[in-house]
Amino acid sequence: MLVDWIIILSSIGYLLVLFAIAYFADKRAERGAGITSHPYIYALSLGVYCTSWTFYGSVGRAASSGLDFLPIYLGPTLVFVLWWLVVKKIIRITKAHRITSIADFISSRYGKSTPLSALVTVIAVVGIVPYISLQLKAVATSFNVLKQYPEVIAPLNSPPIATVADTAFWVALVLAIFAILFGTRHIDNSEHHDGVVVAIAFESVVKLLAFLAVGIFVTFGLYDGFGDLFQQASRVPELLQLMTFEKEGAYTTWVTLTTLSMVAAVCLPRQFQVIAVENVNEPELRKGVWLFPLYLLAINIFVLPIALGGMLQFPRGDVNADTFILTLPMAHEQEMLALLVFLGGLSAATSMVIVATIALSTMVCNDLVMPVLLRWNWLGLKRKSDFTGVLLFVRRSSIILILLFGYAYFRFLGESDALVTIGLISFAAVFQFAPAMIGGMFWKGGNRKGALVGLSLGFVVWAYTLLLPAFAKSGLLPITFIAAGPLGIELFRPYELFGLQGLDHLTHALFWTTVFNAGAYVFVSLYTRHSAIERVQGALFVDVYRYADQGPRSQLWQGSASVEDLFNLLVRFLGRARADRAFSGYFRDRGLERRRVITADADLVHLTERLLSGAIGAASARVMISSVVKGEVVRLEEVMTILDETSQVIEYSQSLEQKSKELESTTAQLRAANERLQELDRLKDEFLSTVSHELRTPLTSIRSFSEILSDHPDLEDEEKSRFLEIIVKESVRLTRLINQVLDLAKIEAGQMEWIFEDLDIPQVVENSMDTMSAILSEKEIVLDVDFATDLPMIRGDRDRLMQVFVNLLSNAIKFCDEERGWVKVSVFLQGQEIVITVADNGQGVPWQARERIFEKFHQSREGLADKPHGTGLGLSISRQIVEYFDGRLELVDTSSKGSVFGVFLPLQAEQVIAKAGE
Amino acid sequence: MPQTVLVVEDEPHIVDSLSFLMKKAGFDVFIARDGDAALRMVESRPPDLILLDIMLPRRDGFEVLKYVRSNDAWKEMRVILLTAKGRDVDRLKGMELGADDFVTKPFSTKDVVRLVKQHLGVEEKLA
Repeated sequence: MLVDWIIILSSIGYLLVLFAIAYFADKRAERGAGITSHPYIYALSLGVYCTSWTFYGSVGRAASSGLDFLPIYLGPTLVFVLWWLVVKKIIRITKAHRITSIADFISSRYGKSTPLSALVTVIAVVGIVPYISLQLKAVATSFNVLKQYPEVIAPLNSPPIATVADTAFWVALVLAIFAILFGTRHIDNSEHHDGVVVAIAFESVVKLLAFLAVGIFVTFGLYDGFGDLFQQASRVPELLQLMTFEKEGAYTTWVTLTTLSMVAAVCLPRQFQVIAVENVNEPELRKGVWLFPLYLLAINIFVLPIALGGMLQFPRGDVNADTFILTLPMAHEQEMLALLVFLGGLSAATSMVIVATIALSTMVCNDLVMPVLLRWNWLGLKRKSDFTGVLLFVRRSSIILILLFGYAYFRFLGESDALVTIGLISFAAVFQFAPAMIGGMFWKGGNRKGALVGLSLGFVVWAYTLLLPAFAKSGLLPITFIAAGPLGIELFRPYELFGLQGLDHLTHALFWTTVFNAGAYVFVSLYTRHSAIERVQGALFVDVYRYADQGPRSQLWQGSASVEDLFNLLVRFLGRARADRAFSGYFRDRGLERRRVITADADLVHLTERLLSGAIGAASARVMISSVVKGEVVRLEEVMTILDETSQVIEYSQSLEQKSKELESTTAQLRAANERLQELDRLKDEFLSTVSHELRTPLTSIRSFSEILSDHPDLEDEEKSRFLEIIVKESVRLTRLINQVLDLAKIEAGQMEWIFEDLDIPQVVENSMDTMSAILSEKEIVLDVDFATDLPMIRGDRDRLMQVFVNLLSNAIKFCDEERGWVKVSVFLQGQEIVITVADNGQGVPWQARERIFEKFHQSREGLADKPHGTGLGLSISRQIVEYFDGRLELVDTSSKGSVFGVFLPLQAEQVIAKAGE
Repeated sequence: MPQTVLVVEDEPHIVDSLSFLMKKAGFDVFIARDGDAALRMVESRPPDLILLDIMLPRRDGFEVLKYVRSNDAWKEMRVILLTAKGRDVDRLKGMELGADDFVTKPFSTKDVVRLVKQHLGVEEKLA
């Protein structure tokens, strides 16, 4: 016979055991022999994920929708198996920044923002309180069911309020005491709650054992193993359905649930607490990676068998499936087993409530209450020399308040929905942390405004699509709100927002919250400015492994603070003992004598901030530190520079290498350029000296003969006139030379003026020949002409081209055979060029000199002994002129019987086209 | 017997003027229009003095000077260089190679005549 007092006594006994375990674990830890670093303890403490929701609710869900209970456990398994690097990064960041909660985590990432941490706290509290009430409800319900033993009266709803209320209330109270005793022993929350962790691990064992016991009892006691059970169940059509996936939309639901639970496994405040905050060292994670999924597997093995067993045993459907695990042993008068199950359920509920309230109270204290106290009641608190009492008081009050809220929620709202539904609403609430948290760990571009807007929108949409309908269902809001929308506006129906239909409520909510939350986070982040501290924190989070152990964090503070001020600050928040220990350790490590150091260095300031962060959160810690550090507190630009330098060392060295290569090639280029310059200089000198020489030569003749004429007035007339003729000739030569040198200089400097017009080339050649007619007839040279007709016009400069032709003609006349001179000029079209050739019957040019003759001041000295020389510039200038018109001037042919020079002038593009069209 | 001057120059009008001047001063004048011709003349009829242009076809004035100074038989032969470049390097090089004097174009006819007479030990007759 199980009477009330036996159940109550066993419960109290169980809780006492829990207290004892926690107490001894804490004692052990104080002696420095903590056992929480044991990987099995860590893995089992992760089992806090499995609450009474698992314990009772999974069976309920399996009974109503078959395998749908699985995704909730698939998610965490996936996280730990596939995403353990993400988890590892979270742990590393948490340790590096002495982060105390998920609110602290998110606000730290976005520049230690107080509003952000407050928002996260609010979301967490609003989202988790129903979850806590769920645990209270589970304990109360199971107690209510069990005390009817051996009668199985498991009402689907509306249990007698008074008794239940009492039970739940007392449960809440006991749990509050436990959480206060073991959760607020230390002020520094980044320290580990050894007692709590070990107690949680113990509870994980208890609930697993109880679940397995019932599973074995049902499967092997009531039936002959899995085969028999499933066989019998498959004879009932409704049960057969549960074992398959035929429900429409089942896949969407699976994906939704798996996604939700993946995020929840990390972002639920209690999960974050055990995974990251309570983690002692990273290697624990390695075992946790496979132990935790194994635990989840074990606790799920018997869910379906128990559900099927319950359905078979209570075919009339008058027993709430959520209680099958308890009612099955009761129906078969297994009172010890039933009691074990009750204790198992109790353990599942208490572990969740304890860890969740500790986590939440930390957040409420550090992120909601303390910032307000520190800012608004500044003067009053500043006088207070010991803050630890205030902190403890705030934290303990929060625990009690949170549990009272949970109880109130249970009392007024908790009866409307099945266990699983309430749990999922909580999951969806913490899902809102995902964009800001995951995004913040991998995307430096995410900023505070983006996180704030995203979280706010996500929270509002979550409340609208999940929380408000839940209120409506429990009668707090008119039920028409769900079906008709607010004020009858269908577009705003909470389950079909903006007309989105065909999804289950949860998927629907998840869709819209993600759209608003992640969308706003990304959008706002992209289009708003990042403050310097956001960029610093972003870099520290995303690249946590790079900055893991040392690095620029200690340089976040500049300016000076006295050791005394910092110490007093620590004493106020952590107590004298902790502060003493921290400072002694610091000075001992550096080999300094503490009394002698008056001004703190950046490292000590940073250490103080980290310790404070552990106690009051990063945002408040920053405010406190700012109050004692004098002078330029933070030079974030400098920090950014340091960060950039650190993170870009590799890039720098690579670019340095690149630079030195570039330098080498630049040096080579410089050397080449220098050589070229020297060459040009040499050429210039040579040119000048050649010009000088060429000018002096006619000048010499002119001066000599002028002097001769002047000194010898007795010369004969014939001689006089011959000398005067020489003077005239040489003057002409000198003039021509000067003109040509100027021409050359102009062409080379690009200052030659060109007058373009359409030219009939034969006409131009004709004109050139006319200027030479006198000398031709004088020398009796035969001139042959062969001009093609109908040649196209060419754009060019008439005078310059004439200069070329005259030069070629005069060369031909000068070099042709002295006795029987012959010159031939031809003009014809060849391909897309007009060709002008000038041939003579002189001695020709040595073949090897055929290019040299175009060099400046190259002069033929052969066979010209009696003739005055040319300037040596004619051909050079002519070639430059022809090249200006994109043409060529070449010695086409030469032999001992004469030379042929050719000018090749290209047709213009349009003429080429016109010609092609013919 | 009049002293002989060899004019080595490729510019015909300069040759004209120099030979006119030398003849007027009472010297026998020979002419060579390139370096090779000059060497042949030195071999066949060694002159008392050479007016030697530097920029010459085939073989420049420096080579001719070197050749002249390589034979002791001609060590009394005077060489006056003519240059149109007027650069110190040419002057120095010529002096190192053993030239007796240097004239830069365009030259003063009186100077050339005076120099030639000086080097040949002829007193200027007062007119």
